[in-house]
Amino acid sequence: MQYLSQAVAKPYFIAAIVIFVVQIVFGLIAGLQYIIGNFLLVVLPFNITRVIHIDLLIIWLLFGFMGSAYYIVPDEAKRELHDIKLAIILFWILVVTTVLMVASYLFFSYATLNNLTGNNWFPTMGREFIGQPIFIKLGIMVVIAGFVYNIGMTIWKSQKTIINLALFIGFASSIIFYLFSLYSSDNVVIEKYFNAWVIHLWFECSWELIMVAILAFIMQKLTGSCNHEKMEKWLYIIMAIIVMSGIIGTGHRYFWIGAPSYWQWIGSIFSVLEPLPFFILTVMVFNMIHYRCNSHTNKAATLWVVGTVVVTFLGAGVLGFIHALAPINYYTHGTQITAAHSHLSFYGAYVMLVLSMISYAMPILQSKIYANSTHSQIWEMWSFWLMTASMVFIALFLMAAGILQVYLQRASETPLPFLVIQEKIYLFYWLRELAGFIFLIGLIIYIVNFFVEEKNSDQ
Amino acid sequence: MDKLLSIDLAKKIFYGSILLSSFIFLILSTHTLLTLSKLEHHKNLTPQVVLGKRVWEKYHCVGCHTLLGEGSYYAPELSNVYQRRGEVFIKHWIKSMPINLPNRRKMPQLYLTDEELEALIAFLKWTSEINTSNWPPNLQG
Repeated sequence: MQYLSQAVAKPYFIAAIVIFVVQIVFGLIAGLQYIIGNFLLVVLPFNITRVIHIDLLIIWLLFGFMGSAYYIVPDEAKRELHDIKLAIILFWILVVTTVLMVASYLFFSYATLNNLTGNNWFPTMGREFIGQPIFIKLGIMVVIAGFVYNIGMTIWKSQKTIINLALFIGFASSIIFYLFSLYSSDNVVIEKYFNAWVIHLWFECSWELIMVAILAFIMQKLTGSCNHEKMEKWLYIIMAIIVMSGIIGTGHRYFWIGAPSYWQWIGSIFSVLEPLPFFILTVMVFNMIHYRCNSHTNKAATLWVVGTVVVTFLGAGVLGFIHALAPINYYTHGTQITAAHSHLSFYGAYVMLVLSMISYAMPILQSKIYANSTHSQIWEMWSFWLMTASMVFIALFLMAAGILQVYLQRASETPLPFLVIQEKIYLFYWLRELAGFIFLIGLIIYIVNFFVEEKNSDQ
Repeated sequence: MDKLLSIDLAKKIFYGSILLSSFIFLILSTHTLLTLSKLEHHKNLTPQVVLGKRVWEKYHCVGCHTLLGEGSYYAPELSNVYQRRGEVFIKHWIKSMPINLPNRRKMPQLYLTDEELEALIAFLKWTSEINTSNWPPNLQG
């Protein structure tokens, strides 16, 4: 670690991992509620379990991204962070926002929360993914805005590297898109049209730029900077395709919501482009490893990075683009296939990314110089395989459930009602739940490996 | 490749891509929004339908159900429930929740007022009349 202010990343990483664990626990509860309708019904109805599972995912990824950026930006800009105190204050604001959010979901019914937070006057609740009460949205907004200011000022006075630029553009655009989460319309079609500007443009444009920047930074550190110029060139091309397929590809959200039907063509065509940047990124990562000029001792971090690009290419790229073709989406939209795709793509593109960064940076932040001991890295690689394999299986089981659901509900000659079908595919939900438990075990190994001091760390 | 593409050109392609895609997307969006706001269906938004949308949001229906395929996959699609079940059935159904079958997924009793219930049904009726290019594929949603 060259700059003292990089240490700000540490609390962000710790918060990210703690919230990650809670998120997985709620995921496991939701998985059980899928099969056992009475499970925790009184204290925790399914809608609350699910909303916590998803909102916590977004928040811990934000913690992870911001932590990564606080580590990366000073290193790239070759100067200390503009305002360390601000970074700490924002950290606590986000912690408080998160705790308040979970507490308000747990202690109030959704309708009460609606009344308490003034949602009758300024409605922003009750919609997919961005239905948080207004004060939570404002909290998140303040934190991202302050963060963008902080890294912006740091970058401004420095040599503007591509990694810093990508981080800045990614975060700055995400705050602009997030404003649309406050938009509401009496017409549900128009409202959905603009809500996609948050949901889609975050995950399939802004966050992908952030992802590329973080990956490039880690790769540069792990393999040495001998291929820097080549990397930079390719990064621009990758980002150009991400922006193009991301922005216009928003069309794949507009197939069936009542927007004009030309979106079926535009959405499908530009979604075909979506796997391309991930493919180039995968080739780039393998090439950088092959032609490396520096052999880093952190093998575990290398494994995480390779895993990130491969799973992203398959989960977000290939699976995503098949699901986003209008004639296929006609049948798969809003089924368990959607759930399969979102689990694998979020895990691949964002969860593994943050875990890669933590894997790379945490040993340095804990002043173990470059990496954990070999012994500890072997455990970490076990956690990698446990988590990755079980998430692949979660996606496969949901896929199987989804294919059956699509057939029985939408494709067969005699379509059956929704709940009748659900009961026929419980087997796959049980298998998914089992895979979920193995995922949790993998996560616990990952944590023990990093956050508990090992006895033989001096090996 | 190295000679064909300088860093400078790559940079220009990136910024060009931002400008070009934003431009195309904003034009298409403007066209879509103008089209949507001119629809007869948009003008049918009565105060009751608008209230129904608020009821839909207030009780977090999207936390379990999907509407036009968006939401949670825990409970049935509701954009065409008006055609699937009809007004009388829906009203009776919502009032008689929860159904006491062991281990079946449960919908809670929402204690809607008559006004809220009527409005919710008006909203579901309005939603079922959106021109969605024939989605969902059939009545089962």
